Amino acid sequence: MDVTCIICPNSCRISVSRPEGGGAPVIRGAECSKGISYAIEELDNPVRVLTSTVRVEGGTHRVVPVRTTSPIPKAKIGDCMKYIDSLAVSAPVAAGDVLSGDIAGTGVGMVATWTVQKRGRERE
Amino acid sequence: MKTMEFDVAVIGGGPAGLSAACAAREAGASSVVILERDTELGGILRQCVHTGFGLRVFREDLTGPEFAERLVKRAGELNVAVEAGSFVLSVTPDRRVRASSKRGILEVAAGAVVLCMGCRERTRGSLAIPGSRPAGIWTAGAAQRLINVEGYLPGKRVLIAGSGDVGLIMARRLALEGAEVLGVVEIAPYPGGLIRNVVQCLEDYGIPLLLSHAVTAIGGARRLEWVEVSEVGPGMKPIPGTGRIVECDTLLLSVGLIPENELSRAVGIPLDPRTGGPIVTNFMETTVRGIFASGNVVHVNDLVDNVSDEARIAGEEAAAFAKYGPRAVVRFLEVIPGERVRSVVPQRLAAAGQDTITLDLRVTEPVEDALIEVSAGGGRLAVYRRRRLRPGEMVRIPITRAQIDSVPWDRNKVYVSIRSDGRVG
Repeated sequence: MDVTCIICPNSCRISVSRPEGGGAPVIRGAECSKGISYAIEELDNPVRVLTSTVRVEGGTHRVVPVRTTSPIPKAKIGDCMKYIDSLAVSAPVAAGDVLSGDIAGTGVGMVATWTVQKRGRERE
Repeated sequence: MKTMEFDVAVIGGGPAGLSAACAAREAGASSVVILERDTELGGILRQCVHTGFGLRVFREDLTGPEFAERLVKRAGELNVAVEAGSFVLSVTPDRRVRASSKRGILEVAAGAVVLCMGCRERTRGSLAIPGSRPAGIWTAGAAQRLINVEGYLPGKRVLIAGSGDVGLIMARRLALEGAEVLGVVEIAPYPGGLIRNVVQCLEDYGIPLLLSHAVTAIGGARRLEWVEVSEVGPGMKPIPGTGRIVECDTLLLSVGLIPENELSRAVGIPLDPRTGGPIVTNFMETTVRGIFASGNVVHVNDLVDNVSDEARIAGEEAAAFAKYGPRAVVRFLEVIPGERVRSVVPQRLAAAGQDTITLDLRVTEPVEDALIEVSAGGGRLAVYRRRRLRPGEMVRIPITRAQIDSVPWDRNKVYVSIRSDGRVG
């Protein structure tokens, strides 16, 4: 597969593949070792930090921003979004509050990244 | 009307304003106030719920709200006063700031002022796209606020015009929220935003990027129904006969940001037409003494970490100005952007203050094997090599106080230019 490296602004186009029957991956186009590691990770197990928003009931805002506490497999993003879509929390929600200990069976938690107060208790 | 006195008054409570205010306090200003028009601090970071913030400043990959939260907390610890919900109406050259707030008109007499008003988006008006004026056309940042702060999805079938970072980020955000993102249309032959955003926001979600294409017509009675997308040729002119109709209910525009300088203009601060922001020195001081500026109001940055860096300089210098008055500077060298350089900040350099000054450059076109040369009337001050430069990514080069000092006394200009073959010279 072809990967555009995002480690630095050089943005190397890296081609990475694993020979049939296994063995060390074949990598072309990487200009540094960080790029090589990135390309292998993209081939074997691409991961991303997922960020979104979760519905809030009774808050000054209708949604609160959230993130996964560490990267999750790219293939799990759809399942995680389904879960996030089904979720609603009650205000107040504070930045850092854990909204899920294990999102969609990834073993990764999800936290709020901003504080939403209860409605009617806004700062004067 | 009560006049409040502060050493430093900061206008705007986004990343630049918060960083400048904290730096001013840390540098010894005894009282600092932030005037913010929104009801909460954080500025644009509040709606940038994605990660990628603070890799350098905090050495962590934070979301925008998390980055903002850290700055807000620090400002609280440093007893920075905050006047939220305060819209600044005017600033005078003798540093009196007037704002409209819930409590009425506020007036602040400040020892120094830091302008941190940020920037705003270009709208449909600046593109002159013919057609009707239906609902469903938003700037990318407005749509971002709708989704991430207000909790509304602006549409279901979306086309994005312009590949600036906000547009790329919104392509992914809309795809995650279940909207169909039909593509990103970019008039230039290269993307406008950071490569990492092209990869992680478009390629990850299979969203097409159409380079050298533009939206050439808009249709729909009440709600947007279609747009016409055409290929563009030399000079970015649409090629007749290449137009095709894309059915969609939403068009997002990510076509550039404009520093917000109405206040600066009213004070009489000269702006640089290349950046759209105030001309500043390496102390981040504008041409009006005692009025400093930092962040996107000076020039549009790619990374909040850069904003933090320059805002810290502005805050520290503002604190020093309030305490000791103006710096005595023997001469300023004017920085002139040369070949392939669209803009440079700061525009005026003094051999004083920082040991190393960072010059932020934008290039006019992509350059491979770049040789960046800083010279002063024949004499070369510094040369830097870079593998690849892109208009969407700011180039930062260091220049030392000694190098500035080495410029002969009969010269008052420094030139920055870029050649495309790093092996020569």
